[in-house]
Amino acid sequence: MSDLTQLTISQARAKLHGKEITATEITEAYLSAIDRANPALNAYVAVTGDKARDMAKASDARLVKGEGGALEGIPLGIKDLFGTEGVHTQACSHVLDGFKPRYESTVTSNLWADGAVMLGKLNMDEFAMGSSNETSYYGPVINPWRRSRLDTVVMPTTHQGDGGFVSAGGTRTARSLDNAQLVPGGSSGGSATAVSAFLCAGATATDTGGSIRQPAAFTGTVGIKPTYGRCSRWGIVAFASSLDQAGPIARDVRDAAILLKSMASVDPKDTTSVDMPVPDYEAAIGKPIKGMKVGIPREYRVEGMPEEIEALWQKGIAWLKDAGAEIVDISLPHTKYALPAYYIVAPAEASSNLARYDGVRYGLRVPGKDIVDMYEKTRAAGFGREVKRRIMIGTYVLSAGYYDAYYLQAQKVRNLIKRDFETVFAAGVDVILTPATPSAAFGIADEDMAADPVKMYLNDIFTVTVNMAGLPGIAVPAGLDAKGLPLGLQLIGRPFDEETLFQTAAIIEQAAGTFQPEKWW
Amino acid sequence: MSVDLQTVKRVAHLARIAVSEEDAERMTGELNAILGFVEQLNEVDVSGIEPMTSVTPMDMKKRQDVVTDGGKAADIVANAPATEENFFLVPKVVE
Repeated sequence: MSDLTQLTISQARAKLHGKEITATEITEAYLSAIDRANPALNAYVAVTGDKARDMAKASDARLVKGEGGALEGIPLGIKDLFGTEGVHTQACSHVLDGFKPRYESTVTSNLWADGAVMLGKLNMDEFAMGSSNETSYYGPVINPWRRSRLDTVVMPTTHQGDGGFVSAGGTRTARSLDNAQLVPGGSSGGSATAVSAFLCAGATATDTGGSIRQPAAFTGTVGIKPTYGRCSRWGIVAFASSLDQAGPIARDVRDAAILLKSMASVDPKDTTSVDMPVPDYEAAIGKPIKGMKVGIPREYRVEGMPEEIEALWQKGIAWLKDAGAEIVDISLPHTKYALPAYYIVAPAEASSNLARYDGVRYGLRVPGKDIVDMYEKTRAAGFGREVKRRIMIGTYVLSAGYYDAYYLQAQKVRNLIKRDFETVFAAGVDVILTPATPSAAFGIADEDMAADPVKMYLNDIFTVTVNMAGLPGIAVPAGLDAKGLPLGLQLIGRPFDEETLFQTAAIIEQAAGTFQPEKWW
Repeated sequence: MSVDLQTVKRVAHLARIAVSEEDAERMTGELNAILGFVEQLNEVDVSGIEPMTSVTPMDMKKRQDVVTDGGKAADIVANAPATEENFFLVPKVVE
């Protein structure tokens, strides 16, 4: 094997357990890939080389004895939102400057218990607030995908000397990469870029309104947000507690299933962690979907959606139909209210969760003339613009006199959104198919989005309903647009029915194939 | 509903975020754009609908009322910007 970073998790697992390769070899391969690529892509904000080598060595010792765990020796990247003991954990915010927790999050503890190796901490939007990874204190992450165009090249007639060749001229077409830098999506932009650019075998991510699925769609990777309560939130920096869920980003559906199996658990330290055994998700892959009822919600056909997204959706419908699924038109009438309701609920919860950053217990402190002045100066210097904006919205909608009009109304609408889904599931729909995003990846520093925060928020229009209703959703790559950029489809399932998502996503993957960016970095 | 400059300054103080005059003016526009966007929720008929309290129907898990953790004062103050003998140090609050 020339390049160990090209192996999927399932391939690497077989080779590690078969003693064809060692955990140390694959870890070194990733560390040198990171070394070469990170200056261009900015996916990692901290690389933990020594720790990775130690963990790999311990994995090799276990593998030799035949005691390897489910992820033994598999090198992973960890989103900066997960608390990792003694290691950089700042949610990519300045306000958490220098924070190194004295504890380990439950999700990462589960991964290490299964033998995984930590390569480092991944870049993200500050406090997971953003859809482009541009709000990070550590600068934007660059998408490894670039637009390309088809050029018609006129071939010159050339004559070469003895033994050379003669070209007769004519034309051919060639794809040439555009230099414009694109965003990887957000907030888990570092996770998506690192997976897509072969800088880790898989990555942890989190999703509050689409932060796993949108970057997965923008980078041609697979991302699943499990049902609320499936992964413990303990030790993960909180953004909006009733919406936050951890999940993996991976190169294919099987790898995502392997990672979620390890990440998910029943955790007494998180009271919203659900008391249900974690199934073997991998076993769902390869099962036929004959007779399965797939719902196509008419409300997801939004105004101004590019033709290509509609065409992709139709392709997805055809693939599932060919595999024997029954396609049914459904209605989720409150879909359009999910995003506005989200922009009340999420900032409200964020304003309360982020009250803890006061310059007293951890992170940044800017001195002031008294304690209130110290708080205000610390928070003014520590939070970025988008985070401040959301704290302000949240504080306003929770303030006296506005609570009923905004927050209570949004929580009622949220119940209606959830009821929409319950109605279609009760009518026998097994899974819902939608586009993952309303567009492909856009440019860094997009002027329209910088001028109007709501434009950026619209990225999550297809994903946010799933968080509002607490359901599982998976984004799976389904094709490339005319400019050669990846596009994804989303599958939404019943609560705790991630198995159907993996089963159905595998059918799409089989039909669409997998996608890799052309290496330019 | 929309906010004016005075309201933005009041909310910034409630949120304990220092804002300059210029920040407050910019935020007024941004906040009004967002509040304008969420305004459409008012057209939804919510009569007889309960506000959501839990996304998954579940009973609150209860633990035994016993000590399971503690004795970690050094860990707790380890990341604080200013400490003394396992206490957090803050600017003087009582004259």
